[in-house]
Amino acid sequence: MASIKIHQNNIKDRDGLLEVCPFNALEWEGEELVTNASCKMCKLCAKNGPEGVFEFKDDPVAVVDKSLWKGIAVYVDHDNGKIHPVTYELIGKAKEMAAKIDHPVYAVFMGAGITQKADEILAYGVDEVFVYDHEALTHFRIEPYTAVMEDFINRHKPTIVLVGGTTVGRSLAPRAAARFRTGLTADCTILDVQENTDLDQIRPAFGGNIMAHIQTPAHRPQFATVRYKIFSAPVCVDPTGVVTICDVEEQMLESRIRVLEVAPKQASTSIEDAEVIVVAGRGVKQEKDMELVQRLADLLGARLAATRPLIEAGWADPKTQIGLSGRTVKPKLIITCGVSGAVQFTAGMTNADLIMAINNDPGASIFDIAHIGIQGDLYDILPDLIEKIEATEENVCTTIPE
Amino acid sequence: MLRITTCIKQVPGTTKVEVDEETGVLKRDGIESKMNPYDLYALETALKIKEKNGAELRVISMGPPQASEVIKEAYMMGADDGLLLSDRKFAGADVLSTAYTLSQGIAAQGMPDLIICGKQTTDGDTAQVGPEIAEFLSIPHVANVIRIREIKAEAIVVDMDLPYAVETVEIAFPCLITVEKGIYQPRLPSFKLKKATQDRPIHQLCLKDFTDQNETRYGLKGSPTQVVRIFPPEANTERETWEGSGPELVGMIHDRLITEKFI
Ligand SMILES: Cc1cc2nc3c(=O)[nH]c(=O)nc-3n(C[C@H](O)[C@H](O)[C@H](O)COP(=O)(O)OP(=O)(O)OC[C@H]3O[C@@H](n4cnc5c(N)ncnc54)[C@H](O)[C@@H]3O)c2cc1C
Repeated sequence: MASIKIHQNNIKDRDGLLEVCPFNALEWEGEELVTNASCKMCKLCAKNGPEGVFEFKDDPVAVVDKSLWKGIAVYVDHDNGKIHPVTYELIGKAKEMAAKIDHPVYAVFMGAGITQKADEILAYGVDEVFVYDHEALTHFRIEPYTAVMEDFINRHKPTIVLVGGTTVGRSLAPRAAARFRTGLTADCTILDVQENTDLDQIRPAFGGNIMAHIQTPAHRPQFATVRYKIFSAPVCVDPTGVVTICDVEEQMLESRIRVLEVAPKQASTSIEDAEVIVVAGRGVKQEKDMELVQRLADLLGARLAATRPLIEAGWADPKTQIGLSGRTVKPKLIITCGVSGAVQFTAGMTNADLIMAINNDPGASIFDIAHIGIQGDLYDILPDLIEKIEATEENVCTTIPE
Repeated sequence: MLRITTCIKQVPGTTKVEVDEETGVLKRDGIESKMNPYDLYALETALKIKEKNGAELRVISMGPPQASEVIKEAYMMGADDGLLLSDRKFAGADVLSTAYTLSQGIAAQGMPDLIICGKQTTDGDTAQVGPEIAEFLSIPHVANVIRIREIKAEAIVVDMDLPYAVETVEIAFPCLITVEKGIYQPRLPSFKLKKATQDRPIHQLCLKDFTDQNETRYGLKGSPTQVVRIFPPEANTERETWEGSGPELVGMIHDRLITEKFI
């Protein structure tokens, strides 16, 4: 079993030793320095600790025969046959990776009355769409959906399974991964594949300003979830792939969940679909000043969004929070006003085409990711900018084309 | 009587972590710990059910011995019983082995009717542990629960939040639900309960108390995912920095918005 071996004899100075570990996983047990259950085996102690004290011992693990696992599969996320665009984004990434290792790209499509929709997926260049169409799959219920996924994986042995980080995906992916006792990396922001089919998964981690590069070196399939608008959908091609209708067997449909009622929500104009977004951060000093930011948003035909502290203060609708625990957006333009640029925030917006950041602190980390970093006070800039845009709009908007 | 188990986790009080660009060393200030805020909603949900329908509420946590602090906190909120899974062999656990460890701990005490988990933790994991626990226990689960409608003799009726709809579902016991932030306002720990529960024991289990004692299923060894490296987020290289007076900046922004066709 891999472990951190602590060579007690080599400890010269006890002071500061516990601080070598950022996870507080080191403690004194009497005279002995030991690791506790918080240890993440991150090896930082071996790397940064005093010489000769910490040693990382690795044991070889049983590795699956990777050559038996072929293909990159994408779970087709949909609402009654209406396919969620994250599916196409994942297909785009799957194709890119599949080309490197010469694997096919599969789509797994489960639901009721969906068969005729499978052609839509082929147009994105998938090699084979596997359709599980059955009345009992009308609603997402975890046991039948997992059983179908299991059936697909057992029959086709894909090396990678990509699932959108949607409500359904976040429930289904872990369940299926656990069934195969394999790894799952959630909310990946970068994916790539090695020649030996190992998936490189990169995601913000440990709740801090850190990216983690994660692999699933000994298990198959490799599960990853990715949020909407992280990757780009591929351009449509002349379909060359095929649609395969799969049997749904009775025993896959057993469930202890009964759907009693489905109450559709008002179609929300979610910030995920906005082309332009203006974000308010804590640089906005009082609730009243939100009007200023809202006004700029209105003038640009943009949606107003906010960072978490403002959501928590109740200054903005929680549905407009951008970031790790909020929404991921990929607008054409995003203007941040008084946002520091914590990684939990930027995780939700780095893929915007153009990022303009207004911040009066030249050292703010938002400037590391902004395309245009504007060092200035938002209270100096916004009122004048609003006035100026209003003046321009008055000039040009005399004739509105139909 | 209905038996409920709530999974709780101790997380760092601050999640301010930085990487030193030059050395790649992780810097974390403040070593205080607290209960994962999302778990407070799970606990509150359990307490509401307990008050309304009567229930026996156990909390379970995996972590170092200090994690017993969060179990004490749960006692002060109204939990009846607490279980800490602590063993050096659990170290380095990813989602899969964390979920497996918790499922073994839950099963070791007799299967509850209802398991409630928080939506996610503040220190990294993203809503995956709950569904994996349910899988290991072979029970159904429903995530994104925003409302408890009814407790029946053999089932629970809940509202699940979906992007385009709210689905009301009935799940037969035993089952697991993960609840959304805001389902109920979590109560504060009570001083009265603090006094009343200060001598209440916290049960500890380690690997040898589990049915499955195969070490390769726990900790790092039971973790299919491995962190290859950690690094600070990349800075964007193609970028412009604009400095100047307010009016100058306004002019530049305005011009750019026009050339990019946003105005
Ligand atoms: C697990 C986890 C998940 C999280 N998820 C999210 C998430 O989804 N979304 C999110 O936003 N946060 C999230 N956070 C919080 C995140 O870490 C930051 O705390 C948050 O994003 C900071 O918000 P802010 O930039 O508005 O505030 P601050 O960090 O306080 O930044 C305010 C900025 O405004 C600037 N400023 C002040 N006055 C002015 C002025 N007059 N003119 C111009 N600039 C000014 C300051 O220089 C500063 O840079 C999460 C944290 C954790 C631990």
